[in-house]
Amino acid sequence: MATSIDPRQSRRNILHRLDLGAVPYTFIAPFFLIFGAFGLYPLLYTFWISLHRVELSSLDTMEWRGLANFTELFEDDRFWNALSNTFTIGVISTVPQLLMALGLAHLLNYRLRGSVFFRVAVLTPYATSVAAAALVFTMLFERDFGMINWVLGFFGVDNLDWESQKWPAQFAISTIVIWRWTGYNALLYLAAMQAIPKDLYEAAAIDGASRWQQFRTVTVPGISATIVFTIVLSTIGATQLFGEPLIFGQGPNGISGGADNQYQTLGLLLYEEGWKNYQMGRASAIAWAMFLILILIFVLQRVLARVLSRTPRPVKAPRRARPSRTS
Amino acid sequence: MGTARKRFGSTLVSATALAVSLVLVAGCGSGDEDKARTKDGKTVISLGLFGVMGYKETDLLDRYMKENPDVTIETDVAGDEQTYYTALQTHLAAGSGLKDIQGIEIGRAKELVDTQADKFADLSKTPGLDHFLPWKQSQVTTGDGKVLGLGTDIGPMAVCYRKDLFEQAGLPTDRAEVAKLWEGDWSKYVDVGRTFKQGSKDSKVAYMDSSTGLFNAMIYGDEKQFYDEDGKLIYQDNPVVKDAWKLAADAATSGLTAKLRQFQPGWDPGLSNGTFATTVCPAWMLAHISEKAGPANKGKWDVAKAPKGANWGGSFLGVMEDSPVKEQAEKLVAWLTAPEQQAYIFEKLGNFPSSKTALDIPAVANGTSPYFSDAPIGQIFGDAAKEIPAKQVLGRKDGTIKDTFSLGLQLIEAQGKSPDDAWKTTDERIQKLTR
Repeated sequence: MATSIDPRQSRRNILHRLDLGAVPYTFIAPFFLIFGAFGLYPLLYTFWISLHRVELSSLDTMEWRGLANFTELFEDDRFWNALSNTFTIGVISTVPQLLMALGLAHLLNYRLRGSVFFRVAVLTPYATSVAAAALVFTMLFERDFGMINWVLGFFGVDNLDWESQKWPAQFAISTIVIWRWTGYNALLYLAAMQAIPKDLYEAAAIDGASRWQQFRTVTVPGISATIVFTIVLSTIGATQLFGEPLIFGQGPNGISGGADNQYQTLGLLLYEEGWKNYQMGRASAIAWAMFLILILIFVLQRVLARVLSRTPRPVKAPRRARPSRTS
Repeated sequence: MGTARKRFGSTLVSATALAVSLVLVAGCGSGDEDKARTKDGKTVISLGLFGVMGYKETDLLDRYMKENPDVTIETDVAGDEQTYYTALQTHLAAGSGLKDIQGIEIGRAKELVDTQADKFADLSKTPGLDHFLPWKQSQVTTGDGKVLGLGTDIGPMAVCYRKDLFEQAGLPTDRAEVAKLWEGDWSKYVDVGRTFKQGSKDSKVAYMDSSTGLFNAMIYGDEKQFYDEDGKLIYQDNPVVKDAWKLAADAATSGLTAKLRQFQPGWDPGLSNGTFATTVCPAWMLAHISEKAGPANKGKWDVAKAPKGANWGGSFLGVMEDSPVKEQAEKLVAWLTAPEQQAYIFEKLGNFPSSKTALDIPAVANGTSPYFSDAPIGQIFGDAAKEIPAKQVLGRKDGTIKDTFSLGLQLIEAQGKSPDDAWKTTDERIQKLTR
């Protein structure tokens, strides 16, 4: 009897163990398989290409270059120009955008009629495509017949050549970014704000805090985690900025980021090397440089967060506990 | 019993999950359809085009479909050639997403001949091939005689000008007299611009749209531009390029241009609102001008002979080797580029035939353009076509280098850089992109 049951029993044990051990992994397998195929493999393959000289028209013939693509890149002033443009456009689009989003979220957080309508309305720019938004803005910023110069004309400002001057061009591009992403970030903030307990506001109100004081001392600390999250998200977005400047410039100008590369971002430089000059090796090197920059930013952000969390924060509790009838 | 069923159930679930994930991963790789695409039992031929090539704009394709009831033609037209070519390169590299027939712009011809010849079908056996201009056909022929495409049009050049703006500046408006003003030398064309600027009563009106047009007109009047026959870069020392650069820079710094970029925003409304008085126009540009300047400006525009003949642009239609409907596509290409059809497109749009035979068709030879004050465009462009150098040396990166030069001229025009600095930047850029 026992001899005939034993193998079955052990088989059951294996199945049982597999059941416990393997099934969860099988459930999450799709993500890892897809990540492996569409994330990890391209990443590694891109690195492999970046060590070679490869032309887009003949991807099968590769010539080993070692790290030459990278060293050349770091000596190329186009790279540093693109990096600094990416940074400046990133700053002038991210900072106002997040501040506006914060204000907008604060307004939406009030009890008001038709709040759902406003919340949806705020999100609509995000739902439009980059191409459509950029095209419309390009027409608005057009030199001779654009609406913005037309309006400026009433104030005696001569037609500004937005595209061919550095700061006007970068400003114009950042308005496209701001327009598209402010609502999105506002909704993130709003969601976080709604999680702040109402009694904090009530207590603050009893303490005689104004709306602005409430916003500063209750709302902003309450959603600080979300603010950090949106900063990280916007930084990643800014580093990869591509569609807006490409369409803003139109044609060959878009790819080079203007005749003087005055608004060429890293994404555009990558595109120019890969799809205008057909040098995939050099384009891959730029892609990896961008990847490394993002990792660097991420690490910096972690370090910064840790340093900030170590510094003692002003304690909020005593302020609330302070007797309200001081006067 | 209960536990056994449960165990079996969860094993099934995990197996399914695994299978589903495998299918998800694999699903994206397959799906290649090698079979000829059909719709309602008809053969579908797809065309990838750019700009205004005349096939979507006229009823030619409808006529072909009527004559060949078993064929359906689909077109995909990109407005901008740079965008089109980038996509074409990517599709060629990936080996997917290609149309059965792809348009080829002249600036890209050499690169495709050098690097992608095996992906195109050989059209050298097409009957009646000898009706094309010999230099046109040689541009898409490989060393061993493979023909990658058939010519659609060529770009003989003239100067398009606004009669009303010439009149207010005190210049003659008759096209023969206007042509006399700059006969023989492009620098005279710039001199006329100075007279125009002095005489013009409206300081907002520029003489020409951009210095790039002038630059192109000048370099394409010679058989060599950026490369020599051996594929060596010669633009640095080529006097043609240097002279063109000098004169274009001169025009740009003298405030004669409207600082516009051709085919980009601002240029189109400029055409309709008359912010500039002249533009160097290859034959294929007439369609664009008449469309964008609109009916309100009909009769205000005219065409005058250019100082010197040159060929700017012109395209080809190639058939992809892997196309499932290769034979039908070849037949369609041969029909579309036949003399009668080329003459028809010229009549409708002004794209100038690349077929020798078509040049003698009366509709071409005696063709006039009602939009451009009934200018005898058949004769003007026909004469210009005869001045085109019989041999034209193309280079691999012609198109990209041309774009880089136009960026360089913008540095002078819109950015206010000195011509020397702009040349230095342009030179560095070309060195980098051809490296």
